[in-house]
Amino acid sequence: MVHSPSDAPLVLKLDGITKRFGALTANGDVTLELKQGEILALLGENGAGKTTLMNILFGHYVADEGNVLVARDGQRLAELEPGSPHAALEAGIGMVHQHFTLAENLSALDNILLGTEALSALKSARAPAQKKLAELMARSGLAVNLDMRVSQLSVGEKQRIEILKALYRDARVLVLDEPTAVLTPQESETLFATLKKLSAEGLGIIFISHKLAEVIASSHRIAVLRGGRKVADLPTEACDQRQLAELMVGHEITETVREPGHAGEPLFVMTGVSAGHGREALHDIYMDLKSGEILGIAGVSGNGQTMLARVISGLETPAQGTMTLGNRNLDHASARMMIDIGLARIPEDRHHDGIVGAMSVSENLAIEAIRKPENQQYGLLRFSAMRERARKLIKAYDIRCQSEDSPARLLSGGNIQKIVLARTLETEPKVVLAAQPSRGLDVGATSDVHKRLLAARGRGAGVILISEDLDELMRLSDRIAVIHRGHLSAAEPTETLDRGTLGLRMAGHSGKDAA
Amino acid sequence: MIRFEPRGPVGVSRMIAVPVVAAVVALILAAVPMMFAGLSIFEAYGLMVTGAFGSLFAFTEMLTRATPLILTGLAAAVAFRAKLWNIGAEGQLYAGALAAVAIGTGVVSGPSYILIPAVVLAGALAGGLVMLGPTLLKTRLGVDEVVTTLLLNFVILLFVQMMLEGPMQDPMGMGWPQSEPVLDEAALPKLMARMRIHWGLILALVAALGVYFLLKRTVWGFEIRAVGENAAAARHAGIPVTATFIRVGLLSGALAGLAGVGEVAGLKGYLTADLSPGFGYSGIVVAMLAGLSPIGVVFAALFIASIFVGADSMSRATGVSNYLADLIVAMALLSVLVSGLFLRFKIRFVGANTTREAAE
Amino acid sequence: MSEILEILLSANFWAASLRIATPLIFGVIGALVCERAGVLNLGIEGIFTAGAMAGWMAVWLGAGLWGGVLVAALAGAFFGLIHAILTVPLGLSQHVSGIGVTLFATSLSYFIYRTALPDVSSPPRIEEFEPLNIPGLSDLPFVGPALFQQTPLTFLALFLVVATAYVLYRTPLGLAIQAVGDNPSAVESQGLSVYGLRIGVVVVGSAIMALGGAFLTMSAFDAFFFGMVNGRGWICIALTVFASWRPGKALLGALLFGAFDAFQVRLQTEVGAFIPGQVFLMMPYLLSIAALIVVARKADYPRALLVPYFRGQR
Repeated sequence: MVHSPSDAPLVLKLDGITKRFGALTANGDVTLELKQGEILALLGENGAGKTTLMNILFGHYVADEGNVLVARDGQRLAELEPGSPHAALEAGIGMVHQHFTLAENLSALDNILLGTEALSALKSARAPAQKKLAELMARSGLAVNLDMRVSQLSVGEKQRIEILKALYRDARVLVLDEPTAVLTPQESETLFATLKKLSAEGLGIIFISHKLAEVIASSHRIAVLRGGRKVADLPTEACDQRQLAELMVGHEITETVREPGHAGEPLFVMTGVSAGHGREALHDIYMDLKSGEILGIAGVSGNGQTMLARVISGLETPAQGTMTLGNRNLDHASARMMIDIGLARIPEDRHHDGIVGAMSVSENLAIEAIRKPENQQYGLLRFSAMRERARKLIKAYDIRCQSEDSPARLLSGGNIQKIVLARTLETEPKVVLAAQPSRGLDVGATSDVHKRLLAARGRGAGVILISEDLDELMRLSDRIAVIHRGHLSAAEPTETLDRGTLGLRMAGHSGKDAA
Repeated sequence: MIRFEPRGPVGVSRMIAVPVVAAVVALILAAVPMMFAGLSIFEAYGLMVTGAFGSLFAFTEMLTRATPLILTGLAAAVAFRAKLWNIGAEGQLYAGALAAVAIGTGVVSGPSYILIPAVVLAGALAGGLVMLGPTLLKTRLGVDEVVTTLLLNFVILLFVQMMLEGPMQDPMGMGWPQSEPVLDEAALPKLMARMRIHWGLILALVAALGVYFLLKRTVWGFEIRAVGENAAAARHAGIPVTATFIRVGLLSGALAGLAGVGEVAGLKGYLTADLSPGFGYSGIVVAMLAGLSPIGVVFAALFIASIFVGADSMSRATGVSNYLADLIVAMALLSVLVSGLFLRFKIRFVGANTTREAAE
Repeated sequence: MSEILEILLSANFWAASLRIATPLIFGVIGALVCERAGVLNLGIEGIFTAGAMAGWMAVWLGAGLWGGVLVAALAGAFFGLIHAILTVPLGLSQHVSGIGVTLFATSLSYFIYRTALPDVSSPPRIEEFEPLNIPGLSDLPFVGPALFQQTPLTFLALFLVVATAYVLYRTPLGLAIQAVGDNPSAVESQGLSVYGLRIGVVVVGSAIMALGGAFLTMSAFDAFFFGMVNGRGWICIALTVFASWRPGKALLGALLFGAFDAFQVRLQTEVGAFIPGQVFLMMPYLLSIAALIVVARKADYPRALLVPYFRGQR
């Protein structure tokens, strides 16, 4: 908690914002105020409308009703031209999106200068820019190598560039969307220290989060969004975690509890596996997954998790090393083979790799087993059998859709994940690979995913859980290993680990340093 | 500011309305060049209609012209369904025609029930093999198939010219670059006496039904649709993406090859280097007008064929260039692209101000 | 062997290489800037035809040679605008739209030409660009006739290579173009218009492409023929990949290509009796395919190429 600047002037006001997408009301009559030098936390679970609201503020979307008011240079609040990021930037609003908006083929400096110079200019004025940035970096503690190509920078550095982009334009309001999602706990602390320093200098800050602890620790005021509406707006002193959690979800939360497990023999083993090249490469991976356990893989995004999932999914052949399931060698396994031997894969990007959006729910439920006799005979599809099985799965997994014939793209993220869960877990696989299985899902859908994974563990399957969410990992995993720059640490029982230790390992410190 | 809102499942009536609207728009736009050429608009449209539908002869001519268009349209449709951008139907058509001539002009002899299937198969195989190259280059090395198929069109046409001026030239052809005539036993029979319409049309219609059945009812069709709609997810789900591309490439090339077979063995009787007035490229328009539906391809091909035949006839009557037909066809492609948006999206034109006014 | 050496040592050969390369330089530079901004422009083949026809027609109607060049560029810009509108704000398939623009531009050019000149047995001719005589340079031994006796359009093409490289790498505009082809949201989040940039680049790039067509009817030949573009546009698309989207390499690629073409034409006169002429005519297309295969593995496509951008979507 930080001390609030109670009598500072308003710098920003969102007045009665309503935004609808078709039948869905993403924001309903939301009013929000921000004072100079204030840190406002915008709390809400996935799908509560936080990002939409900030996108309206920044001009990516136009609100159906309501308007945005900004005070320029200490003047009175004046209306901001809607639908124009340009106008928002001019008015001193800076935004750090959850998915970074950087051109990877340019240097950090180029990205910061982008749009700050007239496009008709015959030359880019770098020297003065570098000077101003050097001062900014020294003052804020945000250090970045300005001449490096962005593609070669780490996630933390990219985030610092994003903040520098805003500061370079003399932003007076800074919006950060889920800024800690990609950081280690220690990096998050550094970030919030920086933000506090900036707010003390008069910068108004809004940060979006669904993490209760950081919201309470690092804000002056907390606004809670639920179902697109603002349900609370309180000074941080008046809040506690339990109350915020209930405001955010709308009912009491029953946390998924992991019963003690009965881990069996090693089931899926990777020995000395290396694959890929560049930042996402894997080096000499060792992993032994036992039956009846959940093995968590922690790490900051971009440290090889994607490649690890691709290798285990049979999409990438390792350059070195061996993989076995039981006594079956999987060195040259294809996706098909992984499915056939009972290795279920839940992809990290469910829209991109999980479903074929234009095909129906029933086709998406059958896609992994389309050549199995239950779905075809002599190469001809058995539609009625496919539909019937789809109807059963829709019921069993509570997939909300109009019918089994609706195109899968029309479903919400949570229901798309249920399609993936249904088709992979229904076959009672021996091993489950779950890559970022709850990313972007709301509390209900997340708890559903967690229950399914625990159920798979309960019936003796081994589960590999790759996640960037430490809370999720610590709640579900029997053991946790950390991936950093493509190296995987030895897995240790969750009981022997804490957030601090994991955070240091995620940042690349070895076990000894942490102890 | 334009806003697109994705639509749910689309009804059949809308799916038909889109290309019909596009066709009508293209025909209306054609008035501009016609006026530019000094034509009386209504007379010109009248001449086009009678040119394509005015008599039994005109109608059968239109069907004859539609025959290769159905096949090249199917070639494009099935490939585009898998997002395999085969723009090389023109070359594959010539490859099919060349193979048909190679087999059908006396190298082998025999009764019709042997020779006709042999010629048809040879043409299909040749077309398929031509498309196999770009497909393998795409799947193995990641070479963009758009450019390779486009470039191969030129290579194959030159190869055909070389053969027609060399080993395959008709010794009785008085030095013209043309092949020997296809044997009577190898020729596709005519469908009607004194008309040019031939069995190639039946072949094309059967092919359309076959492709429809393949895409709709079979595992291979399922895999083609999955790969085309989302190759990454298909691969993740264990679908053999490379094999699917190769199957599609072979099939697409074979269909275009069949178009060439029909033109030499059904219509012309011998091969020249100006066999096709761009049927391969028009096939793309046919496929897009059809919304990549195999049954739709038949109707789209009939439309495009009537434009060609009608404009030819109008051109003969008025002296206006028959490039008008190509122009209408090109405009039909551009209009169907735009009107296709209305199929996938609800489109709203919203200005910043109008939204706010609506709010008040 | 000695024939080959003789060809390589003649100034005439090098002059021909540069001449053959000129339309390709225009085409590759045009295609390159479009793709750098994230838009594949398969309208290029038709835009070449339109530039060739429009430029020639303007001169024939008395606009003067530079008037013709301007008209050709405007024609290219017009078709580029169509492609840009279809693919940028409407987000339609760049492949299909490009093919559509090619069919449209080609058939419209043919139709206009045929309508304006209904019955001519041989195409009418215009007074084409003469080679420039640059005092000092053109008279140098060997180098003069090899490099400095070209028409103004060739020098314009060379200038465009330098200008494009400068704009792309040194100016704020160029950085914005590079960014919009890599990650459009980087551009939008900095207050620039993704649509504005992309539409502008495609229009200008198409105008440059059209100059390649104009070169054909106003420098290389003095008349317009049907089918005269003959796949040059597609070759440029292949060369763009070969050049890794860099102006300098694009120039190099076009020159290599021109040299090869000039070489095989000369070789043909030596050995033409033994090998059918079509084999030589196939060479440019096969060479383009070969070029694509060579670079395929390491081709570093602009990340946002072919991907439509809708506002507020990241």
